[in-house]
Amino acid sequence: MRKITFPIGEKDLTELKAGDRVLASGYLYTARDAAHKRMYELIQDGKPLPIDIDGQTIYYVGAAPAKPGYAVGPCGPTSSYRMDKYAPSLLDLGLKVMVGKGMRSEAVIDSMIKNKAVYLAAIGGAAALIAKSITKAELICYEDLGTEAIYRYEVTDMPLIVAIDSNGGNVYVR
Amino acid sequence: MEIREISAQQITDAVKRLFMDCNYYIGKDISCAIQAAKERETLPMAKDVLQQLIDNNKIAAEEQIPICQDTGMAVLFVEYGDKVTVRDGSFKEAVEEGVRRAYIDGYLRKSVVSDPVFDRTNTNDNTPAIIHTEIVEGNTIHITAGGKGFGSENMSAIKMLAPSAGVEGVKKFILEAVAHAGPNPCPPMVVGVGIGGTFEKAAQLAKRATLRPINISNPNEKYAELEKELLEEINKMDIGPAGLGGVTTALGLNIETYPTHIAGLPVAVNICCHACRHKECVI
Repeated sequence: MRKITFPIGEKDLTELKAGDRVLASGYLYTARDAAHKRMYELIQDGKPLPIDIDGQTIYYVGAAPAKPGYAVGPCGPTSSYRMDKYAPSLLDLGLKVMVGKGMRSEAVIDSMIKNKAVYLAAIGGAAALIAKSITKAELICYEDLGTEAIYRYEVTDMPLIVAIDSNGGNVYVR
Repeated sequence: MEIREISAQQITDAVKRLFMDCNYYIGKDISCAIQAAKERETLPMAKDVLQQLIDNNKIAAEEQIPICQDTGMAVLFVEYGDKVTVRDGSFKEAVEEGVRRAYIDGYLRKSVVSDPVFDRTNTNDNTPAIIHTEIVEGNTIHITAGGKGFGSENMSAIKMLAPSAGVEGVKKFILEAVAHAGPNPCPPMVVGVGIGGTFEKAAQLAKRATLRPINISNPNEKYAELEKELLEEINKMDIGPAGLGGVTTALGLNIETYPTHIAGLPVAVNICCHACRHKECVI
């Protein structure tokens, strides 16, 4: 299985093809509905984002609380389509990898092709298993959003599948 | 039958246990179905996804952590005996406290916002719960609880068919709803179908159907046959585990029905993910 690192390199970005299975290491940021809404509003207002997302990875997740002794609680992907309204603006700012599950809109796919980005899927509902690949979680901002706050996760060999590649190849379209 | 007193604390403790247990331990009906599906699948990817779910559910049970991070909105179907009275508190508050304690003490995710449109502030204790109460004869309280995740809940659908649509119309609507859900609701899914009643009754029946173990068929032979036929059709859709293809798009399909109006044929489809969490107890 191919090993990749986040932030993703140019070579991996162009070579990954829909259906490829990868093990990802490095770090990524978490954000789901509420954090996306806030970031989107900042972009609309011409204000800077709380994180520099150029070249970065966003994982659509809201983890369960970590039990004592755990780095994170169970943290599987949430449905990506709910972020479709916001994703193109982030892709225009250089976001390179989105991690989630399920379909994306035409607008997101077009923006991914234009901006050369990939969409990776984690296995929905395999939350306790996925948590094993996250070694550290650090709160970055929006603490008031609880599980929807933005965290920075350090990941080691996180199992993912290339759902939509940078040319628009789509594992869900068969 | 004599009036029986049940303490509020007893109800709180039972509800707390139900939600913690259903989030940590996958039901036997589901785990057996996932295992059988893995053996049926021939695609390596489908087999591998199902194996990951088996591994995941084992980790959750062994470490007493949630199967899925979306530990759901708390849904309870209560059959409340008419000879029961609650001591030292109210039934509703006792249930809410049980939910609160489960989600806080059990490290479950708090996923409820106080207002759907204007003030989407997290209530931070996963309350309020959705409580469907039916008064029945007797001196016990029977609670069926489910933590309902919204990845699948969002893929649900309801339609008021005309009676002329008949069984073909019913089938068409259910299959369309599942096809439309596609990879989004964390397949392999459990499909709950409610047919009959009124608009809200059909939806409630569909939810109730997701909480019935998938190895138990509808007692009516015709509906049991329909369950089987629809499940087979759904598993031909090639959505598959995680939406990546395969012959396991659904693990089960349960139908619940109720008499309806001469002018109506309501059909509701409530979709549940493979982490179909349900647990019951009698107090």
